Amino acid sequence: MDWKRFSFIGVIIVVLFSLVVMVGQVKQPPLLIITSMLATTIAVATPLTLGALSGVFCERSGVVNIGIEGMMLSAAFFGWLGGIYMYNLYGFAPGVSIAVGVFVAILTGAIMALLLAVLSITFKVDQIIGGTVINILAVGLTGFLNRQLFFGKGSVFGGTVPASPGVLPTIHVPITELFTSICGTSATCLESVKAINRVFDQKPVAISAILLVFISHYILFNTRWGLRTRAVGEHPKAADTVGINVVKMRYANVLIGGMFAGLAGAYFTIESVPSFEPLLTNGRGFISLAAMIFGNWTPIGAWAAALVFGASQALLINMQIFRDVIPPQWSFLQESYIVGLTPYILTMFILTGIIGKTTPPAADGVPYEK
Amino acid sequence: MTEKTTTPKVILEVKGVSKQFPGVLASDNVNFDLREGEIHALLGENGAGKSTLMNLIYGLHRPDKGDIIVNEKIASIHSPNDSIALGIGMVHQHFMLIPVFTVAENVMLGDETVKRGSLDRAAVAARINEISKQYGLDIDPNAIVGDLPVGLQQRVEIVKTLYRHAKIVILDEPTAVLTPQEAEDLFRIMHDLTARGVSIIFITHKLKEVLAVADRITVMRAGRVINTVNPAETDSAQLANMMVGRQVILTVDKQDHEATEEILKVEGLSARDQRDLETVHNVSFSVRGGEVFGIAGVQGNGQTELSEALTGLRHPTSGKVTIAGKDLTGKPPRSITEAGLAHIPEDRQRHGLVLSYSITDNMALCDYYRPPFSQHGVIQPKALDENARKLIQAFDVRTPSAFVNAGKLSGGNQQKVIVARELSRPVKLVIANQPTRGLDVGSIEYIHSEIIKMRDRGVAVLLISAELDEIMALSDRIAVMYRGQIVAVVETKNTTREQLGLWMAGAHVETA
Repeated sequence: MDWKRFSFIGVIIVVLFSLVVMVGQVKQPPLLIITSMLATTIAVATPLTLGALSGVFCERSGVVNIGIEGMMLSAAFFGWLGGIYMYNLYGFAPGVSIAVGVFVAILTGAIMALLLAVLSITFKVDQIIGGTVINILAVGLTGFLNRQLFFGKGSVFGGTVPASPGVLPTIHVPITELFTSICGTSATCLESVKAINRVFDQKPVAISAILLVFISHYILFNTRWGLRTRAVGEHPKAADTVGINVVKMRYANVLIGGMFAGLAGAYFTIESVPSFEPLLTNGRGFISLAAMIFGNWTPIGAWAAALVFGASQALLINMQIFRDVIPPQWSFLQESYIVGLTPYILTMFILTGIIGKTTPPAADGVPYEK
Repeated sequence: MTEKTTTPKVILEVKGVSKQFPGVLASDNVNFDLREGEIHALLGENGAGKSTLMNLIYGLHRPDKGDIIVNEKIASIHSPNDSIALGIGMVHQHFMLIPVFTVAENVMLGDETVKRGSLDRAAVAARINEISKQYGLDIDPNAIVGDLPVGLQQRVEIVKTLYRHAKIVILDEPTAVLTPQEAEDLFRIMHDLTARGVSIIFITHKLKEVLAVADRITVMRAGRVINTVNPAETDSAQLANMMVGRQVILTVDKQDHEATEEILKVEGLSARDQRDLETVHNVSFSVRGGEVFGIAGVQGNGQTELSEALTGLRHPTSGKVTIAGKDLTGKPPRSITEAGLAHIPEDRQRHGLVLSYSITDNMALCDYYRPPFSQHGVIQPKALDENARKLIQAFDVRTPSAFVNAGKLSGGNQQKVIVARELSRPVKLVIANQPTRGLDVGSIEYIHSEIIKMRDRGVAVLLISAELDEIMALSDRIAVMYRGQIVAVVETKNTTREQLGLWMAGAHVETA
């Protein structure tokens, strides 16, 4: 990750934030806008970050994963479904049901990844086709089951969507409490501290995503596992000649990648909103891939890129809030479909390689033949 | 053979080993033994079964039959892990190194030193420095392997085996990528290793090296061991005879020939490679009709980009290329071909042939679009067939029929298809890049004679080759390419192998 890339990311984020501050400052103080933007950015970047990590593990070991989208979608559905079953049919407490939901989501991701691994590693199917299979399968499977279980005649839940156990709670980081004494009686100081606190008050998947970025980075570049993973992705024959089992390493990493994508799926239906609708991932698996590429196949780089996309989504959300104060000459910002294009335009722009070319692992996408 | 009491013990023995691959018996009842502290050369042509035998010893393949005995015990080697545990290390012909890793990372891969869960790079670096000092290898553990020259990369491979405490080191065609001086260095290292009790199997097809460095020589042909001899009791001719199974003419039969007018003229040519580095820098030379102009140099000194720039496959960044008086700088390959170029490309499978096309179609790749092969934009199968049948016979392509896919042919026959297509046209200039790489002796002899025939017909020939012997045997004049520049141009009769080797290694060029 070079300075050029990081500065590009920094500039885009600053531009997006400034835009919202400019529009919204008549209604809210800048600090409040910035912290709320930051909080939203981190939250909505979560599935992108996890999706990109999924890609990093798969591709660093030499398996192209364009099935992240499908893995996320099916994990979102089955995780949500798992929670509902536990809560409604077996009568577990909401907390337990939600936890089971997250577990099911991760497991679903792993199962879909196993399918990709069998296709691309064992049967040496073209990996793009393998990933496409997963994407199409996920759309069909979740759409079909969603209809059959909830809306069909004689369906399990008799035509109604039952109450879900809810969503994961926000974890409060006690920054306000710690700094109240420093502020003394100053009300503005207290307001600021509270505003800053909002950035850190995130939900469990969002927090674990950030932790996983750094853990993954360390694993990939400083451990035996990471060295071997990168070796099989760069030059599998070389790894084989020093006694590393290429097939096992690739399977394991694709499964790990699947779990990351599964956790990303859990974000949608268990952390963000407690409901499922067909196609709810809406291309974010593919944007994760763009983030992974722009991050040069490194976890930290991919996270930084995911934050750019998160910021552009935060822009969309915040523009809704400040809809009525957008100056007339900026009226195009009222159109959510124009603002909503930002992440996709950014994706195309980034993938042109204007901001410097990135280098994939040398054996990425190449099946290993002994 | 009478064994003297001083004969060192046999450390590795291969007994009656056979291995069948689809269509070939790659090892046929092979017997071979390696004594402690010796350099045992394994000599043979491409496809003779040397690499198969080594892959069996190293555990990359399993023998169908026979035993491998290490330290007087029958070894069961299922994977490289087993052979590494037995103290066997292998330096592959195509290096098994990861270019983006450091030396230390490459060396420790598969046998990592770990401290509290993370890689202990410092400890590995210390070990490498220790080995490096002990054997005079001079390797920086923190260098990125991709940045190192080939000779040093090879040493990294040797360090890799020593790091794993190898007592038997297999070197597979180690000199193929080295300059003569680098090869000398390697031989010194090999002797250092054997002096410290390491035993070496040295695989090669170069006779001179074998005679210079080996303690014993085993010759293989078509999967079988032909004989094991001592270098003192044999010579090049006898070894070549054993390798090929018939009398081989080691020199190219070539009469003096008068060069005519200038055909190819290159002025101040520069070109960049795909990484955007300038690999051809301000190159000027000319080739006259009736002469073979050889470009010698170690692989990767800009020869690939030079030949691509000359044949229209790569845009030169500056300079001028003229063929028979016509400026063809940066023109597309078709214009250059129509101006009279025959091109035998470096990578015959990627640039010379369409492997999934039949021989018939491949034979017409240069002219398919014009009569007689095409009439009014429609391909004429009859004309194509006739052309192919004629060329297959004239150029002795061994194939069951003209409809066989080019990909199904052996390397030698693939090259003959290219040579037939290119040299059967009325050309003025031949650019042949590594025309005999990886071919058997028979095919090499044939292609050499075709090149000389073209020269004798007054065609200008530009020969680019990393094989110094080939350059010296065929060329009338020789240029040496080093780091993208032509550092010397000499008449073949006024130079020596040693002198060319020095230039290839970048030694300062005298004003002579």
